[in-house]
Amino acid sequence: MDTPKTLFDKIWGDHVINQTNKNQYLLYIDRHLVHEVTSPQAFEGLKLNKRKVRKPELTLGVADHNVPTTLRDQGINSIKDKIAKLQVETLEKNLSENNIKYIPLTSKNQGIVHIIGPEQGFTIPGTTIVCGDSHTSTHGAFGSLAFGIGTSEVEHVLATQTLVQTKPKNMRIIINGKLKKNVTSKDIILKVISEIGTAAGTGHVIEFSGSTILDMTMEERMTLCNMSIEAGAKAGLIAPDNKTFDYLYGLPFAPKEKNWELAIEYWKKLVTDKGAIFDQEFSFNIEELKPFVTWGTSPENGIAINEKIPDPKQYNNLEKRQSIEKSLNYMGLKAGDSLKDISIQKVFIGSCTNGRIEDLRAAANYIQGKKVSHNVQALVVPGSGLVKKQAESEGIKEIFLEAGFEWRDPGCSMCLGMNPDQLASGERCASTSNRNFEGRQGRGGRTHLVSPITAAASAIKGFFVDVTEESL
Amino acid sequence: MKKFTVLKGIAAFMPDINIDTDAIIPKQFLKTIHRKGLGKSLFYNERYTEGYNKNVDFILNKDPWSNSSIIIAGENFGCGSSREHAPWALLDFGIQCIISNSFADIFFNNSVKNGLLLIKLNKNEIQKLSELAMKKESFTVDLINQKILVKNNEINFNVDPIIKDRLIHGYDDIEITLKNKQLIVDYENNKNKFHIWKNIVYEKQ
Repeated sequence: MDTPKTLFDKIWGDHVINQTNKNQYLLYIDRHLVHEVTSPQAFEGLKLNKRKVRKPELTLGVADHNVPTTLRDQGINSIKDKIAKLQVETLEKNLSENNIKYIPLTSKNQGIVHIIGPEQGFTIPGTTIVCGDSHTSTHGAFGSLAFGIGTSEVEHVLATQTLVQTKPKNMRIIINGKLKKNVTSKDIILKVISEIGTAAGTGHVIEFSGSTILDMTMEERMTLCNMSIEAGAKAGLIAPDNKTFDYLYGLPFAPKEKNWELAIEYWKKLVTDKGAIFDQEFSFNIEELKPFVTWGTSPENGIAINEKIPDPKQYNNLEKRQSIEKSLNYMGLKAGDSLKDISIQKVFIGSCTNGRIEDLRAAANYIQGKKVSHNVQALVVPGSGLVKKQAESEGIKEIFLEAGFEWRDPGCSMCLGMNPDQLASGERCASTSNRNFEGRQGRGGRTHLVSPITAAASAIKGFFVDVTEESL
Repeated sequence: MKKFTVLKGIAAFMPDINIDTDAIIPKQFLKTIHRKGLGKSLFYNERYTEGYNKNVDFILNKDPWSNSSIIIAGENFGCGSSREHAPWALLDFGIQCIISNSFADIFFNNSVKNGLLLIKLNKNEIQKLSELAMKKESFTVDLINQKILVKNNEINFNVDPIIKDRLIHGYDDIEITLKNKQLIVDYENNKNKFHIWKNIVYEKQ
């Protein structure tokens, strides 16, 4: 009998072209997503070396990081920042010169690269998917090996359709139990990272499994895999099942007819074999999980909404203690504070972590008929044009607008504040994004990572709310 | 890529753990379409108070560390986004080597592809080197012999032989891969591995 293999080992094995050195392999790349920020220098490199794009049809381009979330019907002219505009123009020029498919700003399909990949069926199980963006781990929710790369690697993929990679190790995170009402996969991943830390996954691919994962929708799985990188992992991975297949069936880039049948036949084999060995394993039961909120400047600084902010003095490790003291100082918080007493000025619902239709539905459902606190500016930025259209057809847009939220055009927006959507210094934000680093959403801005329901409820109250206890 | 053999210079000690790529080069500088010119904005939020007014307390604004070519950093350096602008900014400033207990994966790959040497050492070694750095001692990083020499101290380090070879010779990765072009073609024609359903057929517009 063959040695039992993990899901990761199976996908990896089918993409190895050859071994280039000890534990180093030349890997075939099936799908490549490009955006405006990390690709210009790669195309410039190709040109300088007189190289061509090997397989233009395997790359898909979209602008998302620096685009404004207003006046989208003006297309590229909506970008008032000249340097940002030049970057998008450069993307458009590079893609057109190299015959790569581009989803323009004015298309209803435009959106955040990690939202449009799955929506278009570009993301499919059993493939290798890369993008010059760390949150490429999102696509692992479909049972594809998906990871973020730098610009030199973007250039390498364009020129060769391959990457030289060290083989990562296998990690499994098993999650069992039924979530309480209004607790989400965002709360699970914040809990996991708070326990294992931001460096635990370094050099590993994490497979998520267990009853909770089986119960999850594709959207919830994407949120989980999206933040694998925040645990330091190369990629997150979930075995594909009927939910995955149903999601993909009939989408523009998904396999069709005979190819669909062949694909399904193969995809059904994409599971970890019984007895396969993982280098590391963690297990969580989430039955009693409360909504999570981060209090510091690292995604590992998360606590349940009803817990108190930790005291740095309880840490014996000097570096850790100093890092917590620095975080609390930046965040304007004290040990022992309760998150429920902390008032906020901004709310951001969106990003590749939580900008999908289910996220907007859950948030809208919770706040229906209520008004945003007068101290709060609240933004909803749908992850793509299709999400926006769907939300509008379901009346979700109206609920947000009536409550006093701003309803924006798709893009990365305030997740990283490369466009005009930013925090002012000292402003505190309940954000559904993925990183709470110092200055990420704007210099001096204070980011608290939360789920869309917690974000929406907090917008109404003006401070953090326990959505499992209080109704509005 | 610039070759890396022996580096002599001053080392700045930045003890914080989890120094992320947003801290190394904030988002407003990612709109550039060039690799050069980012050094001025390296560590922008900590290095400047407003505009480009220097924060005098920041180590890279103090002599002699304003001329550092080495950083000794807390663990998990370079975590966060995949922006290659981080190593570009470090190199453009003049940093050619970073020593830490651990590095984030993507940052590690991005750095070695640009000729920035990353050295992993244990905490005791880092403690020792950080004390010497604070005393403004001159460091020699000898990649060929895998040694760091400071005053009377000598610390050996490990480096992946492939990375070492690439840094010493300044090889271009793409050129190396393209030498195996036929292997890529063979893979694409291997029906057992390269599944037909993966092909993308454009819908007629």
